[in-house]
Amino acid sequence: MNILAMFKPNRDAKHYPGFGAVGVLFFTFLYLPILVIIAYSFNSNRIVSVWQGFSWQWYASALQNEGLLNSLRVSLTVALFATLVATVIAVSAALVLERGQNVKHAKLSQGVVNLPLMLPEIVFAVAILILFSQLGIQSGMLKLILAHSAFCIPFAFLPIRARLQGMDNNLEQAAQDLYATPLVTFRRITLPLIAPGIFAGSMLSFVISMDDFITSNIVSGGGATTLPVYIFSLVKQGVSPELNAISTLIMVASLLIATPCWLIAKRSR
Amino acid sequence: MKKLSWNFWGLLPAYLVMSLLMVLPLLIIFYVSFMTSDAYGGYKAIFSLQSYSQIFYTADWDDNLVLNFQYLKIIARTLFLSGATAVICLLVSFPVAYYISRQSNNMKTFLLYLVTLPFWVSMVVRVYACVLILSNDGVLESGLRFFGLIGDIDSLLYNNAAMMVGMVYTYIPLMILPIYASIEKLDTRLIEAASDLYSCRMNTLRSIILPLCKPGIVAGFILVLVPCLGTVLEPMLLGGGKTMMLGNLIQNQFGVARNWSFGASLTVLLLCIVLLFLMFQAHRTSKLRELS
Repeated sequence: MNILAMFKPNRDAKHYPGFGAVGVLFFTFLYLPILVIIAYSFNSNRIVSVWQGFSWQWYASALQNEGLLNSLRVSLTVALFATLVATVIAVSAALVLERGQNVKHAKLSQGVVNLPLMLPEIVFAVAILILFSQLGIQSGMLKLILAHSAFCIPFAFLPIRARLQGMDNNLEQAAQDLYATPLVTFRRITLPLIAPGIFAGSMLSFVISMDDFITSNIVSGGGATTLPVYIFSLVKQGVSPELNAISTLIMVASLLIATPCWLIAKRSR
Repeated sequence: MKKLSWNFWGLLPAYLVMSLLMVLPLLIIFYVSFMTSDAYGGYKAIFSLQSYSQIFYTADWDDNLVLNFQYLKIIARTLFLSGATAVICLLVSFPVAYYISRQSNNMKTFLLYLVTLPFWVSMVVRVYACVLILSNDGVLESGLRFFGLIGDIDSLLYNNAAMMVGMVYTYIPLMILPIYASIEKLDTRLIEAASDLYSCRMNTLRSIILPLCKPGIVAGFILVLVPCLGTVLEPMLLGGGKTMMLGNLIQNQFGVARNWSFGASLTVLLLCIVLLFLMFQAHRTSKLRELS
């Protein structure tokens, strides 16, 4: 009965036959490669595409890989510092642009904060490489932190601004009517209210920094290799089962970060 | 007066970081592109247009300038592949976005979650997924070979098509989201009205839905096109180094090729192309705002 109904012409004018099929194909295209990586990561055979049997061995060897762990350490340090810097700058800019009175050149300031979103990343990467070499900065870590802080700012800024736009400022005005100083108002009223936005923004910039390849690849050197740059060097050597295990671990980590952010964004909407 | 100073101190850090780490480096790039390159990396402070002429001409053994298609080909390939990627993304994204918008609320949220999830996964890993699928004796190749669709020695990797598959795979969510947003804003009663007036589905799509979704379509097109023009990973991993694009050509000038001023002039060129597209879009949105 139901099967027959599928073949009856749908009278709904908003229904477009075939769009559903494209949708199904699209999601298959998007997730099939990921599922293939996960499946192959459990293959005990060293030749990736020939199935031999289930095994955890590639995860064990990935977790003992010194180069991988070192690059993970570099990435985490860089992402932590960059997120901290970007979030503080983004919060203060968002507060001024959304709550400040008589802000001059507000449009221009928006553009300045979002500047990194407008440039292709390779342009920023080579530009900052030349700057660093002119300034004579040697430390790879410092270069990475400075560059990542700059391009993470808009990713921290946008969720915080969205949160500020979504709530009215009655409570803040009430606090000021009751003689709270601006700092007290910020600490007791505004900060707790925009906390979800700050959380989402900082998580986003953390992930953007962790994932960045183009800038890190050009700027790094001086003994600091980030995780994506290390993985890239592995991919260049070709497909391998250990690489499948590493990719799966990274995807699991991404899923663990993305899901709470998504839930928070959904609830605050 | 006090209010103004709060505004000033709040925006100061953002301005400082952006001018020191974004604007200043861009000015330096612009400056370097007009300098003479130094054979050992870096540049000499002597004005020359040589790095720009190098894009078009090469000096032969008589020091005459001869037209050189080597770099022009790379630029043309970059424009063509990016444009084709954006078109393919559009053709796929519109039906998908429309399909998502027709689902129940819970299903919509779930499907949008599935669309955005890849963004949280590292780009290198996503491109590696494409390498794995297309690689020698990978899933796709052995499948196609089994059905006799490709010969024994054909490889799916290391060509223009492989790069395009990789670019579509990494950037398509950027197209779906703005188109979905514009479809959600669409007043569905217009579609019903059109059908009541005996318009067939194709006609409604062409004269009602697509025109009303145009802002989303244009935004998605630009969002996909701009990162494609400067893409680095896909040509390196899926193009195999032989088939270059502007992004990794620039990167090479600052790496192995050690020709900074040529790299800088290519960067300026890329920036000009991107600004052209961004200005086109800014012009469009401002015109739309005037209309409404």
